[in-house]
Amino acid sequence: MELYEAWKPLLREGSATFLQEFYVKFYQAFIEGDRWIQYFKGVGTTLLVTAMALAIGILLGVLVAMIRTAHDQQRPGKRNPILGLVNAVCKVYVTVIRGTPMMVQLLIMGFVIFSSSRNYNMVGALTLGINSGAYVAEIIRGGLMALDPGQAEAGRSLGLNYADTMRFIVIPQAFKAILPSLGNEFIILLKDTSLITVIGGKELVYAAQAIYGRTYEQMFPLIGVACIYLLLVIIFSWLLGILERRLRQSDRR
Amino acid sequence: MIDVKHLSKSFGDHLVLDDISEHIYPGDKVVIIGPSGSGKSTFLRSLNLLEEPSAGTITFDGVEITDANTDINAVRRKMGMVFQHFNLFPNMTILRNITLAPVRTGLMTQAEADQAAMQLLRRVGLEEKADAYPSQLSGGQKQRIAIVRALAMNPKVMLFDEPTSALDPEMVGEVLNVMKELASDGMTMVVVTHEMGFAREVGNRILFMDGGKILEQGSPEAVFGNPQNPRLRDFLSKVL
Repeated sequence: MELYEAWKPLLREGSATFLQEFYVKFYQAFIEGDRWIQYFKGVGTTLLVTAMALAIGILLGVLVAMIRTAHDQQRPGKRNPILGLVNAVCKVYVTVIRGTPMMVQLLIMGFVIFSSSRNYNMVGALTLGINSGAYVAEIIRGGLMALDPGQAEAGRSLGLNYADTMRFIVIPQAFKAILPSLGNEFIILLKDTSLITVIGGKELVYAAQAIYGRTYEQMFPLIGVACIYLLLVIIFSWLLGILERRLRQSDRR
Repeated sequence: MIDVKHLSKSFGDHLVLDDISEHIYPGDKVVIIGPSGSGKSTFLRSLNLLEEPSAGTITFDGVEITDANTDINAVRRKMGMVFQHFNLFPNMTILRNITLAPVRTGLMTQAEADQAAMQLLRRVGLEEKADAYPSQLSGGQKQRIAIVRALAMNPKVMLFDEPTSALDPEMVGEVLNVMKELASDGMTMVVVTHEMGFAREVGNRILFMDGGKILEQGSPEAVFGNPQNPRLRDFLSKVL
């Protein structure tokens, strides 16, 4: 505090040493006016938006993947027209979401569809969830299709119906196989929450922008934010690794 | 028991089964032989509709199973199937592999199914493996479990799709012994195999298939001792 007050004028005069300049700018970016609280709040919003988007994404992804797989696995000549229609809707959804940039989707959701909403974090979470759902759907579908068809055939040949075969045989095995891809999608989602600043979401990057808007010093807030993202991703990767190892262990008891 | 009429199956332009008509009687031990790509596996898989026929009808116990309105799950419960690659469920114990279907289809309670499974496991000498996982078993053991799993549904007919082709040679015997025992118990069996010794010993009828057609059929003595069709003679000269 005293050092900051003493060294701040030196910076203006241009006679500060490198260490003094570093200290003053660091102090401005993180400590002055308890600015670290703003970063903490930003991290909280980031995690909250990630969690909401993840929930929406997995829900949508599972739904779309189930519909599309069920449609593709129908007996020929016994196709259900309603399922065909729903399947077409799902295909359009995946195509549109994967075919347009996330940033554009956010802008459209924030400024066109929900232009009257002031709850920017919610709109952001919803958009990210819808976006993530399309990718999760493809990951799950890939996992279901990659499983040896003999597994489902064995289930069906025993007289189990489609739903039981999926529930007891296909899905438990597919889940284990897709967990690394799902973890990857989760990490991408966590980082993509930074985009919701463009519609006014008050997450981590927003905090950094607010601070360098006042100090006119961008380096420290931005590098600080980058470090926080990195730390979060490292922690979650580690947790995912533990989960994967535990699931693999149950394979070889 | 199973009546097949004018059965055809094509994958795209490729005709795999060409207008097959055949009848399988109760207690029959039908062994289907033939070169690879002859359609014998497709024929077998059509019998429980794992392959959808392109044309023709299949009737099982008076029910036309090729009819789109037939409850195929109910039909499959009476037809056991054993696959070349065992297809045990790696995420379940052996006991659960065996009891899953009887319990989920309402055939038995869990307690009844457990009891029935243990009885069957004792019959094939694998009762100590009940709590093991498939990855801990040898190929021969897996296939014996697969047979037990199919038997647990009390099927009226058992379909075997090259049950010993994926096994190490020293494990073929243990699986064939289980099948022979099953045959002597009077089970109706349809077996696709390359084991000519088994075909001769257990089969009461041999079907020779090539090019999607049954080219010759008869008793093992007739088919192996006095083959008429030149392609059957050619085939036998290569495998015997």
